[in-house]
Amino acid sequence: MWWSIPFLIIFPICIGALLYCIRVQKIRKGIAYIATPAVMAATIDLVVTFFKNGGQPVELYVNVPVASHVITAGEIILMIFVTWKCIRARKYWISLLSIVPTLMIVYMELTLQGMEEAAHIRVDHLSLLMCLIVAFVGGLITIYAMGYMDGYHQHHTEVPERRHFFFAVVYLFIGAMFGFVLSADLVWIDFFWETTSVCSFLLIGYTQTEEAVTNSFRALWMNLLGGTALAVGIVYFENVAKVSTLSALVQNSQDGVKAAAVCVMLMAFAALTKAAQLPFSTWLIGAMVAPTPSSALLHSATMVKAGIYILFRLAPAMSGTMTGYFIAGIGGFTFFMTSIIAIGQVDAKKVLAYSTISNLGLMVACAGIGKPETIWAGVFLMMFHAISKSLMFQDVGATENCLHSRNLEDMHGLLYRLPKLAVFMFIGIAGMYLAPFGMLISKWSALRASVDSKNVLVILFIVFGSATTSFYWSKWLGKIISRTMHNVQVKDITKKNEMFSLTIHAVAMVALCALFPVVSNIYVHPLLAETFGTYTDVLSSAVMNMLVVLILIVFLVPLIAYLSSKGLHTNMKLSYMNGANCGNDNTFTDSFGDPRKLHMANDYFTERIGRHALMVPCQLAVTAAIVVMFCIVIGGVA
Amino acid sequence: MRILMPILYLLLAPLVGGLLDGMDRKISARMQRRVGPPLLQPFYDVQKLFAKQRIVVTNSQTFLMITYLVLMIATGALFYSGADMLMCFFLLSTAGIFLYFTAVVTDSPYSYIGGQRELFQEMCCEPAVLLTAIGFYILEDTFQTRDLIHADRSAIVALPGFFIAFLFILTIKMRKSPFDESTSHHPHQELVKGVTTELGGGNLALFQITEWYENVLMLSVVALFILNRNPWSIPCAVLVVLATYFLEILIDNTSARMRSQKMLQLSWAVTIAAAGINLVILILVR
Repeated sequence: MWWSIPFLIIFPICIGALLYCIRVQKIRKGIAYIATPAVMAATIDLVVTFFKNGGQPVELYVNVPVASHVITAGEIILMIFVTWKCIRARKYWISLLSIVPTLMIVYMELTLQGMEEAAHIRVDHLSLLMCLIVAFVGGLITIYAMGYMDGYHQHHTEVPERRHFFFAVVYLFIGAMFGFVLSADLVWIDFFWETTSVCSFLLIGYTQTEEAVTNSFRALWMNLLGGTALAVGIVYFENVAKVSTLSALVQNSQDGVKAAAVCVMLMAFAALTKAAQLPFSTWLIGAMVAPTPSSALLHSATMVKAGIYILFRLAPAMSGTMTGYFIAGIGGFTFFMTSIIAIGQVDAKKVLAYSTISNLGLMVACAGIGKPETIWAGVFLMMFHAISKSLMFQDVGATENCLHSRNLEDMHGLLYRLPKLAVFMFIGIAGMYLAPFGMLISKWSALRASVDSKNVLVILFIVFGSATTSFYWSKWLGKIISRTMHNVQVKDITKKNEMFSLTIHAVAMVALCALFPVVSNIYVHPLLAETFGTYTDVLSSAVMNMLVVLILIVFLVPLIAYLSSKGLHTNMKLSYMNGANCGNDNTFTDSFGDPRKLHMANDYFTERIGRHALMVPCQLAVTAAIVVMFCIVIGGVA
Repeated sequence: MRILMPILYLLLAPLVGGLLDGMDRKISARMQRRVGPPLLQPFYDVQKLFAKQRIVVTNSQTFLMITYLVLMIATGALFYSGADMLMCFFLLSTAGIFLYFTAVVTDSPYSYIGGQRELFQEMCCEPAVLLTAIGFYILEDTFQTRDLIHADRSAIVALPGFFIAFLFILTIKMRKSPFDESTSHHPHQELVKGVTTELGGGNLALFQITEWYENVLMLSVVALFILNRNPWSIPCAVLVVLATYFLEILIDNTSARMRSQKMLQLSWAVTIAAAGINLVILILVR
């Protein structure tokens, strides 16, 4: 009956292994076009089965020694693989971050007696939501990648052709991600967690350039550090409490068990590394050297959400504790600071990377406060962010293939040069911050909840961060719509499968925006009830009505204005240049009397708020905060 | 009430805004020892602008300008219908983005830079604007303006810091000196007319009207600080609004334009120092 669970975990991994062996692109595409819908179908089957059983959380696979042994073997293989990679790159110390936690976990597995029998798999609303994101957003990205990687290797002839490797890792990752969100057992969670870290490492290093290798190892050690914290927490907790599931951990922590509280803190710390929060944000920025599909899949839509997912799980345990307070503060701080750094970025992918970190920060803050209202906001942020960012990354990738640049300044007047891609970009950006799209209502809810929980720091961070977020997105939108006078025609070479994925994302974005009161009622409310036991409505009907009005206004007004202004009689003139135009809009006479091309560019304030000016002080500040958090929680004040 | 008030806003706000604008010009003139135009001059100006031909650099300017106007009216109407204040402010910033679009879509140098600065001004204002809504929420436990006007006491008693921060950014919102970065009433400056450089005829008239709606909305928020269930608070609120407006005119006439980065530092510093500290105290006390 629950056949789809093992299928979702094992099938993508097998497909990955198969793709590794196949070097013919056409066959590869054929396999991907069959495998991806199969994964989607299995996910739908899982959802249907879940709701047929009454939509209650289900715990499965209590006694599965074989599977547990396979997982243990997997941990060891992973450790050997990482160690081998580190030794080859002469980064010996990183291998310690894999060897130590793995040996600890394996030793515990072999020796620990008297464990309570417990389920290894748990299906509930939150894990299903993650499954849907992985299957559909992830699946579409793999389809997109089939087209994208062709174009990528046409332009980047210097990069060795290793597409078989690329797709193998992508499918391996998808399997691991399903395993991660469906696991209830802490050791299983740890294994899949480490697997996603290693996949990310492999994909960042895809091009094998010096920069890529450096960045991939940075991502590796930061994620493995998180993994180590996770392993230490798990081993400590299981030794003391003799239970092995995540829900038991949360329960114990709420009951005031010290070991559980420490483990929750260590897991939250691990989540910070995975979600690329300060001071670990640099790995995600470095990860942008990877081909765009992997940035979209791992570094925005799914893998970094693993950190958020685990924080949402821990939210009831963190609510009102020191850990929660610190995590919320760090998340809010990251939200604000990285949105400032994003203003200073010229590279579109960098802007996306910083805004990803920033939005993850907001979700982390929501989880840290740990009230039903904030988790409600966080879940919606997660949905909107997954779709919108995946859309944006794919769109920027496709634009880059056409323009041979991802500099924001080169996107001047994109609406007139690559209209389809520009419209998708517009939808993606609007979804990130404009009224009445979901981000905004989430922000509304997060603000109200942080006021209710009296968290002044988070209130200030959200309020200021919201201003800076609007700034960099608006700047980008303005760039796209600005009339272009340099009539350089660009050929849209976006492939059909890329367009297919982009279209579905854009439609999903708009649909989610229109349907979100429904989604809130039938899906997110039960999710919160599962997490918190009891639950009252977040949005009053007055707010709901207001939202409907807002949606109507913001969609209809520009449309009607556009239609009604079409008939107006206007008189076209050249733009004003103090009378120094040279008879057209894009040249003027300079002070030497010579004609000169006009080019309007944005100000990025790079030297003041760029990465170099802000990143290091922020990292130091947050590191200090983390040290204090460790001292307080382990020291036993909390 | 919920229907009547938005309609009254829709009809009366441009009248009130225009009259205030006329007063502004009269008082400014007197401060500069001039006679100044008649009180109704802004209306004559708008009337004349509508009669002129609509000059554009690119056609999409017109529809973006209309959207800006309608969204601004919608924001005010929602505010007056007693709806959620924080939502109104979110919609307000969305409206502001359409003004930015109107400016940058032209790709004309002065207009484009004006647009950039308009965006910058938005960034300076937004924290204080959102914090204002939060201040009211902490005090009365609601974002609905229809409940806020029935408070027991005037909000300013508990929210003086928020009031100061709001007054400060009001100067930025009204695009008055020293913060007339994005556009100004005087074309003899380095940015010519900034965002409005490429707005001609009817479009400029629309901009003028939108500004009136916006000013009335922002001054209504000022009034909200004073209003309570006592009917006598209404004349008090009117007096405070007029005094505020006079203060803005005074600042406008006595200060020189400030650099935009300085504006950011100053406005955020004031927001933190006034509203932030007030927020901390408020949360500690409750």
